[in-house]
Amino acid sequence: MKKVTKVFSVMVASVALAAMLSGCGGDKKPAGGDTIKVGGNLEMTGGSASFGISSKNAIELAFKNINDKGGINGKKLELVVADNKSEAAEATNAMQKLVSQDKVVAVIGPNLSSATIAAGAINNGSKVLDIAPMATNPNVTVDPATGKTKEYNFRACFIDPFQGTVMANFAKNDLQATKAAILIDNSSDYAKGLAAFFKENFIKNGGTVVAEESYLQKDTDFKATLTKIKAAAPDILYVPGYYQEVGMIVKQGREMGIEIPMAGGDGWDSAKLPEIAGKAALNNTYFSSLYSPDDDSALNKAFVSEYEKAYKVKPDVFAALAYDSALLVAEAIKNAGDTDPVKIAQSMAKINGFQGVSGTVTFDAQHNPVKSAVIIEHKDGAQTFRTKINP
Amino acid sequence: MDMGSFMQQFVQQLINGISLGSIYALVALGYTMIYGIIKLINFAHGDIYMLGAYFGFIATTMFGFSFIPAILFSMACAALAGIIIERVAYRPMRNAPRIAILITAIGVSFFLEYSMILIATPQPRTFPAVFEATIYHFGPLVVNSQQIVILISALILMAVLTYIVQNTKAGKAMRAVSFDADAARLMGINIDRVISMTFALGSALAAAGGVLVGIYYNSIDPLMGMVPGIKAFVAAVLGGIGIIPGAMLGGIILGVVEAMVSGFFSSTFRDAAAFAILILILLYKPAGILGKNVREKV
Repeated sequence: MKKVTKVFSVMVASVALAAMLSGCGGDKKPAGGDTIKVGGNLEMTGGSASFGISSKNAIELAFKNINDKGGINGKKLELVVADNKSEAAEATNAMQKLVSQDKVVAVIGPNLSSATIAAGAINNGSKVLDIAPMATNPNVTVDPATGKTKEYNFRACFIDPFQGTVMANFAKNDLQATKAAILIDNSSDYAKGLAAFFKENFIKNGGTVVAEESYLQKDTDFKATLTKIKAAAPDILYVPGYYQEVGMIVKQGREMGIEIPMAGGDGWDSAKLPEIAGKAALNNTYFSSLYSPDDDSALNKAFVSEYEKAYKVKPDVFAALAYDSALLVAEAIKNAGDTDPVKIAQSMAKINGFQGVSGTVTFDAQHNPVKSAVIIEHKDGAQTFRTKINP
Repeated sequence: MDMGSFMQQFVQQLINGISLGSIYALVALGYTMIYGIIKLINFAHGDIYMLGAYFGFIATTMFGFSFIPAILFSMACAALAGIIIERVAYRPMRNAPRIAILITAIGVSFFLEYSMILIATPQPRTFPAVFEATIYHFGPLVVNSQQIVILISALILMAVLTYIVQNTKAGKAMRAVSFDADAARLMGINIDRVISMTFALGSALAAAGGVLVGIYYNSIDPLMGMVPGIKAFVAAVLGGIGIIPGAMLGGIILGVVEAMVSGFFSSTFRDAAAFAILILILLYKPAGILGKNVREKV
C-alpha cells in the first residue's frame, strides 16, 4: 500500500510539474478560440503501428466530414496526434503531453489494452475523457482493485466475452444448433471468457453442451480430442481460440469427417487461416467480429467509399472503431454544449442509441458500449459478411 | 457408450496415437543415441527437429523439391548442424562436470530457438502440401494417407538405423564407445569421429521427424521443438535411455497414452498423463521398460 501511495504521489508531482512548466510558456490560447483540440494517443510506430495509422486516418476523415458541415457548435475539430510507440510507458508520456501541453478536451486511443490501462491513470487524474477504439480488456474502464468504473475511460468496442453471447444466439437462431461441443484454448483468458459466455447463453437458449474439451497454444495434434468430440455427435463446434491452432483444428476435424459448422471469435480473423486450414475445409465456418467492411448499413457504405477514396484501401476494424470514437467524441461535445472536459465526459456517459459505422452504441454503467456484432462466414477461403446480431 | 462404439473409438484413438507416437519415437531416438554415447541429455535436440522442419520448408518452397528429396536434403543439413553443434559447443566441454554440459545444452537450445526467430521471424509458416492428403474410410474408421506416410517413413528410418548400429563397422564402433569409451580408445577407435557420427545420425532422424510434422500439421514455427523435445525425452526415459529399441517403444507408448487420455478422459489431462508416466518410471523402474538395472560402479 505504501508503495502505491508513493507511486501515486510521484505521479501527482509530475503532473503538477508538467502543468507548471506548460503554464510558464505564457502563450495560452484563449479558451474561446474557434478550434477544439482532440488528442490522438496512437500507435504511430512500433509493433502495432498499423493499428494506429488506420485509426489516425479514420479520425481525420471523421473530423473533416464534421468540419465541412460547419463543425461542432460553430467550432472546428482539430486532431493532435501523440505517438505512443505501441508501448505502455510511452502511452503514459503521450497522454501527459496531450493533456498538459496541448490541453486537449478529450483523447482518442490507444488501441492496445495495456497502453490504455497505463495511460488511464493520467487522464483520470486530469479529468480528461479518453475513448479507446479497440482496447478490449475489462480493466480498461474498470479499476480492478476497487471494482469501480473509471470515470474518464470509455471504449468503442465491446469487451471480449460478449462475442460468446453473440455466437450462442447465432448458433441457435441461424444455424438451428441444439447440441454444441466447445474446444477451449486453455492458455488464453480471451478464449476462456468467450467459451464461458457461449456456454451460458447456448444453454439459456435451450441447447445442450455435449462435449467440452481444451488444448494449449502451440499444440499441433487434435485428432484424439476431435475423435472424442465426433463421437458425442454435436451439431456445432465452438472454438474460440486464435487462428494458428484453429486452422489445424478445422483441417484435422474435416479430415476426420466432422462436417458440422465450426465457429469462433475474432481470434480467427487472419489471412493465414485459409492457408493453414485449407479453403475447402473452412467452408461452413463462422466467426464473430466487431466490424465488417461489407456491412450493408447506409452509414457504413458511405464510410467505406469515403475511406477508400481518401486512402486507397478498405477500412479495417481499427479504422472503423476509431471513426466511431471520433463521432462519439464530437457527439459528446455537441451535447455538452461546452468544451469543459468534465462536462464532455458526463455527456459521453449519457450517450444512448448512437448510430456509428460499426453499429449502435449505448454505454452501460461500466462505460462499455452495448452494441451489435457481425458474423463473418468463410466461403472458399474468403471472408464474407453473413449477418449482424443485436445484443 | 455401448461396446461397438467403444471399440470403434478405441481403434481410432489407437491409429491417432501410433501416428503421433512414431514422431515422438524419431526424436527420442536421437536423445537416446546421444545419451548412450556421451551420457549427455541433449536438450537442444527438439530444436534440431525444428531446424529440420525449416530445412524441409526451404527445400520445398525455394528449391521446389518433392517429398523424398526434401526429406533427404533436410536430414543432410540437420546432420551437418548436429556435427557443428557437437564440435563447437559440446566437445570443448567433454571433460567438464556433467551439469556444465547440461547447461550448455540448454544454452544451445535457446540459441537455436531465438536465432531462428531472428532469421525467420516468430510468425508460423505454412508448410506447402507436398502431396495431397487422401482420406481412407475403413467402415467408421478414418485414416489419412499422411498418417500412413509418417508411420512408414518412421519404420524405414528405424530399420536403417538398426542396421547401421548392428551390422556395420561404424555401428560396432558406436556400440563399443557407448559400452566403454576408454577401452574403445585403447582399441584404436577414433572416439571424436564416432561421437560426430552419432550426432549426425540422431540429428538426421529428428529432422525427418520435423519434416513429417511440417507436412502433417501444415505449420511450423521457431518454438515448435520445445514441447515435442520434452515429450521425446519422456519417451526415451520411458523405453530406457541409451537403448535404441526402447526409444521406439517409448515413443509409441507415449503417443497412444496421450490419445487414449484425450479420448476417454479429458484433453486437459493429456500432458499431465505424459509427465506422470515420467515420474512413475523414475520412481519404480528408473532404467526404463527395456533397461536392465546396472549397479553403479563406485
